[in-house]
Amino acid sequence: MADRPDGAGETGHNKPALSLHVPEPRYRPGDTVDFSHLNIPEAGAQARPDETCDPKDMGALAYDLVRVLGEDNKAHGPWNPNLDAETLRTMLGHMAMVRAFDERMFRGQRQGKTSFYMKCTGEEATSVAASMALASDDMVFPSYRQQGILIARGYPIVDMINQIYSNKADKLKGRQLPIMYSSREHSFFSISGNLATQLPQATGWAMASAIKGDSRIAATWVGEGSTAEGDFHSACTFATVYNAPVIFNVINNQWAISSFSGFAGAERTTFAARALGYGLAGLRVDGNDALAVYAAQRWAANRARANAGPTLIEYFTYRAEGHSTSDDPSGYRSAQEREEWPLGDPIMRLKNHLVAIGEWDEDRQQAMDLEAAEKVKAATKEAEKNGILGHGMHHPFHTMFEDVFEELPWHLKEQAEQATRERQIKWPQGGGPKT
Amino acid sequence: MSTDIETKNASQAAEAGERRINMIEAINDALDTMLGRDPDVIVMGEDVGYFGGVFRCTAGLQEKHGKTRVFDTPISECGIIGVAVGMGAYGLRPVPEIQFADYIYPGLDQLISEAARLRYRSATDYIAPLTVRSPFGGGIFGGQTHSQSPEAIFTHVSGLKTVIPSTPYDAKGLLISCIEDNDPVIFFEPKRIYNGPFSGYYDKPVEPWKKHKDSVVPEGYYKIPLGKARHVTEGEQLTVLTYGTMVHVAEAVCREKGVEADILDLRTLVPLDIEAIEASVEKTGRCLIVHEATRTSGFGAELSALVTERCFYHLEAPVERVTGFDTPYPHSLEWAYFPGPVRIGDAIDKILKD
Ligand SMILES: Cc1ncc(C[n+]2csc(CCOP(=O)(O)OP(=O)(O)O)c2C)c(N)n1
Repeated sequence: MADRPDGAGETGHNKPALSLHVPEPRYRPGDTVDFSHLNIPEAGAQARPDETCDPKDMGALAYDLVRVLGEDNKAHGPWNPNLDAETLRTMLGHMAMVRAFDERMFRGQRQGKTSFYMKCTGEEATSVAASMALASDDMVFPSYRQQGILIARGYPIVDMINQIYSNKADKLKGRQLPIMYSSREHSFFSISGNLATQLPQATGWAMASAIKGDSRIAATWVGEGSTAEGDFHSACTFATVYNAPVIFNVINNQWAISSFSGFAGAERTTFAARALGYGLAGLRVDGNDALAVYAAQRWAANRARANAGPTLIEYFTYRAEGHSTSDDPSGYRSAQEREEWPLGDPIMRLKNHLVAIGEWDEDRQQAMDLEAAEKVKAATKEAEKNGILGHGMHHPFHTMFEDVFEELPWHLKEQAEQATRERQIKWPQGGGPKT
Repeated sequence: MSTDIETKNASQAAEAGERRINMIEAINDALDTMLGRDPDVIVMGEDVGYFGGVFRCTAGLQEKHGKTRVFDTPISECGIIGVAVGMGAYGLRPVPEIQFADYIYPGLDQLISEAARLRYRSATDYIAPLTVRSPFGGGIFGGQTHSQSPEAIFTHVSGLKTVIPSTPYDAKGLLISCIEDNDPVIFFEPKRIYNGPFSGYYDKPVEPWKKHKDSVVPEGYYKIPLGKARHVTEGEQLTVLTYGTMVHVAEAVCREKGVEADILDLRTLVPLDIEAIEASVEKTGRCLIVHEATRTSGFGAELSALVTERCFYHLEAPVERVTGFDTPYPHSLEWAYFPGPVRIGDAIDKILKD
């Protein structure tokens, strides 16, 4: 081996030079994709330990992949949540709605109705199925690709669009970037633009719930790229130290903008295995299998409710679209990846399952898709009555100075007066900036 | 404006059966009072539970109020403050302690991007009513990692309040106000004067708080409003704007020099008592700003700008700043760094020259 003798390092020494490893994804634009290296186990083959088990006894599940829906479109094994057909159709409907919503909002951004949008194409199950496994008053601390939670919780789509357009009906008064929703009524925490900050916050909320002897738990979502942030590790430490009733959902969609998951450490281990060093329960789940997602989230929720502790779940999935409307993935990854992704499309898989069990057919699917598209279209029209970004129909302008503090201090009062004067000069007709 | 407490001498206070306590005991008393009054108040931080904090500010609180109200945390400032934000969103009133202000930086993102803006970004859906307590300032041979005064970092952030007491009486009343406040507050405790006011002479013994009028601290609940300065002394010759440890140093220097100064202890930097500042500078026409933090972009720069903008036609001399130097706090040379009597004296001479 390369023992390092005293004085090593002068030129001419005969020890091997050290070299830095810089991760590189398997495929770049133009490359032919082959995903056969991925170990995709048989659906139903994974054991389902008791929710209150010791994390030490479930270590293998952090490296395996919990799957329920098999190639035959049937549900298999101990993780099958045995949902009734009505619930499955509701789940499918929410997922279809998310996709229709994303399509429409993406186009809206291209038409200049807003500045920015982020799709979750291919990841719909990780928010819709997961949130359906929680109680409606369990607190969720989402990241920016969990629009499915709001849709599953019945948050009005018009209000989502109002937020995206930053118009006069935007409940957040035009202060947040599009898609950074907040709804206390729906136990949906305000989304931050700073990645991973929601993890310690979710943990703190869960600790508070435990301190007060409440029965509500917290769940939070983060991308695999963001697990490299210190906040992730702080949150894992706090969660395990205080046995907080919290669920960490890590969405491993393979890409963090243009950096593949290797830059968050994926070459060495799984994200679920991060749990083991902390003594957390860790599960690695097929994120495109809505039934597996539901089952894992329900397992973790039961565990938290039983005071058995926190769980970290990695959902293995794929970001089928660009990172956001500002991103063009053809610049850094093979166009083939999306088609070759071996875990399929979560919506199609759930649909095929419903068809396979005789609870669905192509006509109903078509009708459902059409209805979703119509609903979103109507909601868009409704929202546009309240204005689109940059067309002057926004919140009354003095709201800019409100809510910095509970009460308006003198310095903000003075600045508000200055802004009022400026506004009268800049826009004598009233209204506001028209880009 | 006058002080919030009556001026009594020690024997009068003793006769009246009034307690004289130091600042550590006053802070402990404030926390104890609030833990007793409001079941949503939570005290947490490194070593604050069983042991009662490295400065003993939380001594006895866990035993009295229980382990789920007062507890130790992992050494993770990002975690401590992030968790407190989540607790605040739930509806609790967390009072996290950061062991030294020098260690608040790993938690800065949670304070600046999260706590400070939560109310605004969620349009009041969620608030972060936390009070981050932290000992700050130098003069205890803490070297460059136990001596900093980072208040300017926080006053620059929209949505945070910054509070700094200079007496036991104020420490208790202000801390109670902070805990009840619905905005996130940074409460910096000037650790040099935890045990007694400091005149700025490192080689002279510190007068313990029990001989000082401002250490008469009533039992139970009382509040000192945020955003109100305290008149330490009244005078016509110049205004001194200061806070924390430097209140006492400035007072001692003025006394020694026989200068009749209008000394304002600002108590809260955000929100600032601009009325008291304007009234005083308009009266005296001269203004000295004293703080221990480094000079460039320090809070003194803000004060100087405000006084110049708002009181220019009343000024008879340029506004002066006495501050720490723009170096890290050197361990062995800490008394060369400290903005003590010589630096303050020179500045006063310059202001009063003509
Ligand atoms: C603290 C912080 N650093 C950087 C960014 C810029 N940024 C926004 S999204 C993103 C990638 C996140 O990737 P991942 O966590 O995997 O989530 P995904 O977008 O894949 O869902 C980056 C770097 C940010 N918002 N916050």
